Parts: sequence; structure tokens; C-alpha cells
Amino acid sequence: MSVHTPHPDMPPPILNVGVLGWLRSNLFSSPLHSALSLFAIYLLYLTVPPMISWVFLEATWVGDSREACAGGGGACWVFVKVRINQFMYGFFPESEYWRINLAFGLLIVLAIPLFIKRFQSKGKLAIFILVVYPIITFQLFSGGNFGLTHVETSRWGGLSLTLILAGVGIVASLPLGIVLALGRRSKMPIVKSVSVVFIEFWRGVPLITVLFMSSVMLPLFLPEGTNFDKLLRAMIGIALFQSAYMAEVVRGGLAAIPKGQYEAAEALGLSYWKSMGLIILPQALKLVIPGIVNTFIALFKDTTLVLIIGLFDLLAIIQQAFADPDWLGYSIEGYVFAASIFWVFCFSMSRYSMSLEKKLHTGHAR
Amino acid sequence: MADEQRGVSEPAKPALWRRPAVRSLFFQLLLIAGIGFFGYTIFQNTLHNMQQRGISTGFGFLNSEAGFGILMTLIPFDETYTYGRTFLVGLLNTLLVASLGIIFATIIGFIMGVSRLSRNWIISRLATVYIEVFRNIPLLLQIMFWYFAVLRPLPGPRQSMIFNDTLFLNNRGLYMPSPIYEQGFWLVVVALLVAIVAAVLVARWAHKRQEATGQPFHTVYAAIGLVLGLPLLTFLMMGSPLSWDMPVLQRFNMGGGMVVIPELAALLVALSIYTGTFIAEAVRSGILAVSHGQTEAAHALGLRPGPTLRLVIIPQALRVIIPQLTSQYLNLTKNSSLATAIGYPDLVAVFAGTTLNQTGQAVEVIAMTMAVYLAISLSISLFMNWYNKRIQLVER
Repeated sequence: MSVHTPHPDMPPPILNVGVLGWLRSNLFSSPLHSALSLFAIYLLYLTVPPMISWVFLEATWVGDSREACAGGGGACWVFVKVRINQFMYGFFPESEYWRINLAFGLLIVLAIPLFIKRFQSKGKLAIFILVVYPIITFQLFSGGNFGLTHVETSRWGGLSLTLILAGVGIVASLPLGIVLALGRRSKMPIVKSVSVVFIEFWRGVPLITVLFMSSVMLPLFLPEGTNFDKLLRAMIGIALFQSAYMAEVVRGGLAAIPKGQYEAAEALGLSYWKSMGLIILPQALKLVIPGIVNTFIALFKDTTLVLIIGLFDLLAIIQQAFADPDWLGYSIEGYVFAASIFWVFCFSMSRYSMSLEKKLHTGHAR
Repeated sequence: MADEQRGVSEPAKPALWRRPAVRSLFFQLLLIAGIGFFGYTIFQNTLHNMQQRGISTGFGFLNSEAGFGILMTLIPFDETYTYGRTFLVGLLNTLLVASLGIIFATIIGFIMGVSRLSRNWIISRLATVYIEVFRNIPLLLQIMFWYFAVLRPLPGPRQSMIFNDTLFLNNRGLYMPSPIYEQGFWLVVVALLVAIVAAVLVARWAHKRQEATGQPFHTVYAAIGLVLGLPLLTFLMMGSPLSWDMPVLQRFNMGGGMVVIPELAALLVALSIYTGTFIAEAVRSGILAVSHGQTEAAHALGLRPGPTLRLVIIPQALRVIIPQLTSQYLNLTKNSSLATAIGYPDLVAVFAGTTLNQTGQAVEVIAMTMAVYLAISLSISLFMNWYNKRIQLVER
């Protein structure tokens, strides 16, 4: 009796597997797609190699004057290199750079435990960062005490100013936004309407007019003789503006919490603030983390607007470097440098929010 | 006995300050008092400060002569016109850049949003790169890049980049032929209007007939034929009453045609590219929000891919897309105020900039500027509320 041996499987058609199969299903699945793919490849061929050679291959990296770039056909990164201190620290006195470094170094050191899973008292540390750390940073930047020389805010600038503006905006707008969101959902008619008017007002006007207002009108509002720091005025404007956006994000989270949670908190006999702080907000904020981070990203990008009222953030300080008669004509390098810094910050924030969203997703969110 | 007593007796009334109604009244009165005090202080300070600086109050300044020129105006304007007129000029320029930007951003956004979902690997990657790059770079930086690094350094009129002898691009702007309407052109416009009305009527009739008899009608082709054909026929019958004023290179400058100034071009390019990324994401999320079961159900009913997309997918995707789209349109309009950084004469640059500096009427000028933006955004959000109510899914 012969044993039946099945014929070995035929290999799959060569056009359906491997590189060829991938190409066929992903790039050339139909005549239209083939044409589109070829067009896209041609476009990439036209743009990418020149771009790479401009940024890296033919760029000038060494030297300390304009002459170094005379021969190169690519970007002149010497321009950025020569001014990098100014781009980072603004007009801060050079001997005091360590204070800025210390402030940001401290932030990094403090923030690291937040990312360690086994670290227990994250909440306390976060409160420390949000409350005590800003005071330390302000002392380090401004000086005047503890033997540090005083540095006027008009000398702050560059990336450090951008980060300070963003940081203050974030720290101030989140609590303000939460209060406004709670106010908007309040049962008290006056509290509710005040919150609605406040939120809709700030959301309805462009940030530029807010900054104009804070720089032109705020001095009129204050008692005669009070001199208000220009930077502080910008910060107030940005914080108020962003808090309205934050409030709308938080409100979305509050609305998504099922009514049973509110009722359960009441049934337990918790007071309003306790039920909000212990039951509702932890859930609501978790739901809207992507929205909150998106607001932070928008805020970070919006800090560039302060250049219009004459503060020297990263973009403004690069912009004024173009006016240097020794370095005329290197604006593209400057903009590319600024854009890449902003891009790295914003992109990593958005990726972080995505990972956080995944981590905090406990299953009941739809 | 004790139990019985507890049953009949009224529960002890809480103390006055513990009653919710009293408390809420108290806090609200406190809030009103606080806001009132705050407002009163600001008002008094402002009045006092303005008196000290010799600034008059009121809107009288709107009627005095402006005395400055504006780079680009859609309505006649020169130094002799009033400050009130500068407001109008700025407002129109803002509306111009906002509406053009909305059109371009929508086109870019829809193309990119659909491309990102494409089965074609390279196309979807390109769209992803575009979205991730441009939405993470501040808009102001992009505007300044296009203006100071791209359009400003272009060669002068003598070395213009010329396309097809009709388009001239140089550092003064983009010169294009401008249409000259000759006698009888108004009839073409009338024909266009008539065609649109007719197309609407045809569509209604076709819809009714399909409801009644089930017979479909090629509404789309009929409408295209009407809207394109009727004006074209009139145009030819009137003897082509349209000619083009071509831009020509003169000794030092360009003459003829119409020009898109570099400020407008830079602002428009940056706004469209930046807002396009957000619109692309809105489109993508809208399409993804329609579950695949809908497509399968439509196919099971025997609908072909075209009608499936048109009748099943798009109407449901729009429900998600349109609210996000309007909020992006609103953002674009507000972001157009960044024009002031490159000197495009929009409302903020002209009115809250030059006019404010010349008159010193900070309160009035800023209030008017903010009021314009507030009016735009409030009317759009009213429309959105109405729209959201209308399209809300009615569930069982």
C-alpha cells in the first residue's frame, strides 16, 4: 500500500512576495498609483539630494568669520556657530550664563524621577516643580539677592526667554483653565456667565491684539507711576489667552465623565471641591491629556509672537542677527536653525502625549 | 418612643450659612462685587492716566485726516482720507487674505488628508512628512521665512522670473494679466447667474422625480453643462467682450497687469501651508471616524464604489470634519493678524499699528480691533451651534 505523500506547496508567485510584492501592492497597484508613485519619486529626486547637500555635504561648519563661507555652495553654519551664545542666552551677561544653565539643569534633574516608574512621591515632586522651582528660577535669572548681580529682564532673550515664556504660560494657564472650566459648568448663573464671557472673549481675539493690549493698554489701567515690566505684561497676556483655550479642553473632559461619577461623589458626602479634586478632575484631566499637550504646543509656538512687541525670544534674536552688516544674506540658515529647534520641541511634545495617552488608557474610555 | 418622635419631628434646619442657596448667593454677590471693584478701579485709573497724558476720549478721531499712505488698498485711499477709512481698508485687506487663505488651505488640506490615508506608501509618507513638519513650526517663523528669505531676495524687475510671458515674479511681487471687461460683459455675468438658478431648479426637479419614480437623472452633468455652457455661449455671442491687460517690463518697474505684493504672497503661502496641515488632520480623522462596516454595508446593498463614497462615506465624514474645519477657518482669520510682522496692511497692522501710534487712542482702537475679530468668531460659533444641532445623530 503506498503512502500518500502530498505534493510540496508551490512557492507563491514571485510578484506577490518579497520586495517585488511589496512594491506592487504599495506603489504600483494600479496605473494611477504607478503614475503617482513615479511622480512622487521624481519630486523627491528633485528636492532631497540638493537639500541634503546644502545642509550637510557642502555646508561650512568650521571658521569664525564670513570669509570661511566664501567658497562653499551650501549652508553657512558658521553664522549660527558664531552667535549661538546669543541665540541661547540673549543679552545675558556672559559671566552669568551659569545661572541659566543651572536653572535648566535643575529642571532636568528634577524632572527625571517623574519618568521613573518606581519613584513613589511623584505628586509631591510635581508640586515642588510647579511651585518652588519657578521661584528658584526667577531668583537665578533676575538675581539681586544672595550675592547674585541683578539682570534686567530686557537683557533676557534667546531660547531661554522662549522657554521661560512657555513655562510661565503652562504653569499659569493650567490651574486658571481648570477654574474657568469648573466655573463654566457651575450651577451658579453669575459664576457661569462670567466664565463664559471670559473664555469666549479671549478665544475670539487674536493673540497679537492681546499682546498689543497688554503692552499699550495695561499701563493705562494701572495707577499712575506703577511701572510694569514689559516681559511680565507679555506673560500676563499669554497666560490669560491660553487659559481660555485650556478651559475649553478641560471642559471637554468634564463633560465626558458619566453623571454617575458626580452622583457617587455626592452620595459619599464629599464637598464640591473634594469631589472635584478627588473624583472628577483626575479622571477628566486624564481623558484630555492629548488636548492639554496640544494646547501647550500651541502656546510654545505662540511665544514667538512676543517679537512684535519688542521682546527678544529665539526668533526675534535670530531675526535681529540678520541685520548685522558682517553677516548679511544668511537668513535661510537662521530660519532653518530656529525652525529645527521649535520643531524638535513641538514634535517631541506631541510624541510624548501620544505615549502618555497609551499609558494612561485604562480601558473605559471610548 | 424615641424613634417615633424622630419620625414626626422636622429635621433640624441647617444653619443659615450652611444652606446651599444662601452660600451660592453669597459667593456670587462676592464675585460681582470683586469684578465691579476691579472694573471701577481700571476705569478710574484709565480716565486719570489719559487726562494726565492729554489723550482725548471718544471716537472723534475717526473723522480726522490720516495723513499716511497704505501699501495696498482695495478701495480708493490716500493721505487725505480719514482714520475711519484706514479701519475700512485694513478690514478689507484682512478679509481678502483670510478668504484667499481659506480657499488654498482647504484645497491643500483635503488633498493631503486623503493622501495620508492613501494605499500608496510613498504618497502617504509624503503627506505625513508634510503634516508633521509644517504644523510643528511656528506660523510667524514660516511667514517671516517666506517673506525675508524667499520673496524679498528675489531679483529686481529687470531680472524677473518670467513664465510664459504672462507671469512675472520679482522682488516687487507677482505680476499677472488683469482682465478688462468690455461693453456687454455684464450679460455674461447675468447668464452665469441664470445658469446657476437653472441648475438648482433642475437638481430639485431631478430629486423629486427620483423620489417619485426611482428614475435617476444625470444632475451633475446637466449642472456643469448649464453653468459652463450658458455663460460661454453668451460670451461668444457677444463677440468675446473681455481682453487682458498684460504686465510689461518698463524701464525701472513693471507696468500694466495686476500685482500680488510679496507681503500678501508670503502671508498667503504661510497661512495656507500651516492651516493646511490642521485641515488635513481634520479630514483624516473624519474619514477614519466612519466605520468600515458602513462601506461593507453599502457594497452589500449593491452600491458601486463611487456612490458609496458620495452617498455613504462623505456625508458621515463631513459631520466630523466640518466643526473642525470651521474652527480652523477661524484660526486662519485670527492668524492673518500676524501680517503686521512683515508689513502687510491688514487690520492690526494699519489700524492697531499706524493709526494707534499716530492718534494715541489706545483704548478705542484696540477695542474696535478686538470687536471685529470677536464679531467674526462669535457669528461663526453661533453658526456652528446651529449646524451641530442640525446634524446631531438622532439615536434610539
